[in-house]
Amino acid sequence: MMRDGLRLYGHYVSIHIKSMMQYKSSFFLAVTGQFLVSFNVFLGMFFMFQRFSAVGGFTYSQVLLCFGIFLMEFSLAECVARGFDTFSSMVRKGEFDRVLVRPRGAVLQVLGSRFELTRIGRMLQAAVMFGYGVGKSGISWDVPRVITVVFMVAGGTALFFGIFLVGAALCFFTLESLEIMNIFTDGAREFGRYPAGVYGKRILQLCTFVVPYGLVQHYPLLFLLGKRKEVWWMFVPLLAFVFVIPCYGVWRAGVRRYQSAGS
Amino acid sequence: MKKYGSFFRLRFVMGLSYRAAAWAGVATQFVWGGMEIAMFRAFYGAEPEHFPMTMDAAVSYVWLQQAFLALFAAWMLEGEVFESIRDGNIVYEMCRPMKLYPMLFVRAMAMRVSRAALRCGPVLLFAILLPGPYGLKAPGQGQTGLFLAAMALGVLVTVAFGTLIYGITFYTISPEGLRLLVTSAMDFFNGAIIPLPFFPDKMRAIMEVLPFAAMQNVPLRVYSGDLQGEAALRAVALQILWLAVLVGLGQAVMARAERKLAVQGG
Repeated sequence: MMRDGLRLYGHYVSIHIKSMMQYKSSFFLAVTGQFLVSFNVFLGMFFMFQRFSAVGGFTYSQVLLCFGIFLMEFSLAECVARGFDTFSSMVRKGEFDRVLVRPRGAVLQVLGSRFELTRIGRMLQAAVMFGYGVGKSGISWDVPRVITVVFMVAGGTALFFGIFLVGAALCFFTLESLEIMNIFTDGAREFGRYPAGVYGKRILQLCTFVVPYGLVQHYPLLFLLGKRKEVWWMFVPLLAFVFVIPCYGVWRAGVRRYQSAGS
Repeated sequence: MKKYGSFFRLRFVMGLSYRAAAWAGVATQFVWGGMEIAMFRAFYGAEPEHFPMTMDAAVSYVWLQQAFLALFAAWMLEGEVFESIRDGNIVYEMCRPMKLYPMLFVRAMAMRVSRAALRCGPVLLFAILLPGPYGLKAPGQGQTGLFLAAMALGVLVTVAFGTLIYGITFYTISPEGLRLLVTSAMDFFNGAIIPLPFFPDKMRAIMEVLPFAAMQNVPLRVYSGDLQGEAALRAVALQILWLAVLVGLGQAVMARAERKLAVQGG
C-alpha cells in the first residue's frame, strides 16, 4: 500500500515537472524571484555581521549554517506541500469533492496536486550558505553530527508540513482570510535565519513548546557546535515529528466537518 | 484638479472595504515588529558600541515601519495595472478625460493611503502601550513638523517611483522580470531589510543619496531624532529633488509610451 502510494506520488510529480517545463522562461523567472527574496534576507544578515561579530553567542558562519539548514527545511516542505498551502482555492473550486470520491487518501492526493519545483532557487541558496557555514564554523564533523543534520532537515520539513496541514484544515472551519498563517510560514522563514535563542528566553520557549521551530534549529545547532555534549541531543529534531500528530488531528477533524459547496 | 480629487476619494473608499485582510495584516505586523525588535536587542546586547542608532530610535523605526507598511512597501505595485498594460486594457483608461500619468499616480496613492489608514491605528496603539524598551516613544523634541513633512514626501517619492515603473512597463513584453528586480532592489536600498545606518559607512554614503533613501528612510529616522538638524533638512531637500526628478521622468516616459502605443484590435 505504502509502496503503491509512493509510486502514484512519483507519477504525480513527474507530470508536474513535465508541464512546468512547457513554460521554461516563466519557470526560470519564478526560480529567480524565489532566489532574490531570500537573497535579500541574506544580505541584511551579511551587513549586520559586517558591524557585529556575534549575536546571542553565535558567529556569522554559525548563523549561516543555521539559516542554510532552516531555509532548506522550509523550501523542501514548501516544494512538496504546496498543495496544502494553496488548499483554499482547491476547496473554493470544488476540486476537493473530486478528491474525496477517489479511492485514495486525501492527503496523498492534495500533496500530489502541486509540486513547486521553483523552490529550487531557494534550495540552491540554502545549500551554498550551508556549505560556507560548514567550512568556516569550525565544527569537527563526525558521524553523530552528520546524522544530526539529516535529522534536522527531516524534522524541519515535517514541522513545516504540519503547519501547512493546519493552515489547509482551517479552510474547513472559516471562510475568512487565512493570511494569519503567514506568520508561521513566511515569518519563520524570515526570522528563522537566527537561532531561536537569539530572540530571548520567552520566544525560545514559544519555539519549543508551541510551534517547535527551536527543535530543528536552535537545539541541534548547539549540539553541532559542541555547546551541548550529550549524544541524545542529536535526536531532538526528530521530536518535531510529534508536532505533526496534532496537526493531522486538526486536518481529520476538518475533513469530517467538510460539506461540499455543491455545484 | 477636481476630477483627480474625486478619483482619489473613489479609490480610497474602495480600498477601505477590505477589512478582513486588514486585521490579518495587523496581526502579522505585531509579530514582525516584535521579532525585529527582539533581534535588534540581541545585537545591541552583544556589542552596544557597534550599534549605529540609539535603541529607542531603532524601536520607533521598526514600529513606524510596521504601522505604515502599506505606504512604503515595495511589493505594493498593483498587479492589475501591470496586467492591463500587458493585455492592452489600459486603453480603456486612456479613453477617460484624464491624463494617464496623474491618474495612475492618484490611484497608487489612494491604494497605499487607504490600506495604511486601516492598519496603522491598531499597530500604533499596540506599540505605544507596550512596556519599557519595546514600546514606541513620543517623537523627538521639535521633530514632529519635519517628521510629517518627510512622511508626506516619502510617500510621494514611493508612488512616483512606482508610477515610473508602470511607465517603463509599456516598453516590455512581460513585466514580471522587471517587477521582481525592482521590488528586491527597492527593499534592499530603501531600508526595509535593515535601516540604512546599519550598512558600512562607505556604502551608506552612496545609498543615502539614491532615490530609494528618500522613501521611508527619512521620515522613520526623523521621528526619533536619529536624523535631525542640518542633516535632516538636507535629507528632506533631497526628497523634494528626487520627487521632482521622478515625476518629470515618469511623465516623459509615459507620454512617449502613449504616443507610440499601438493596440491590436480584437
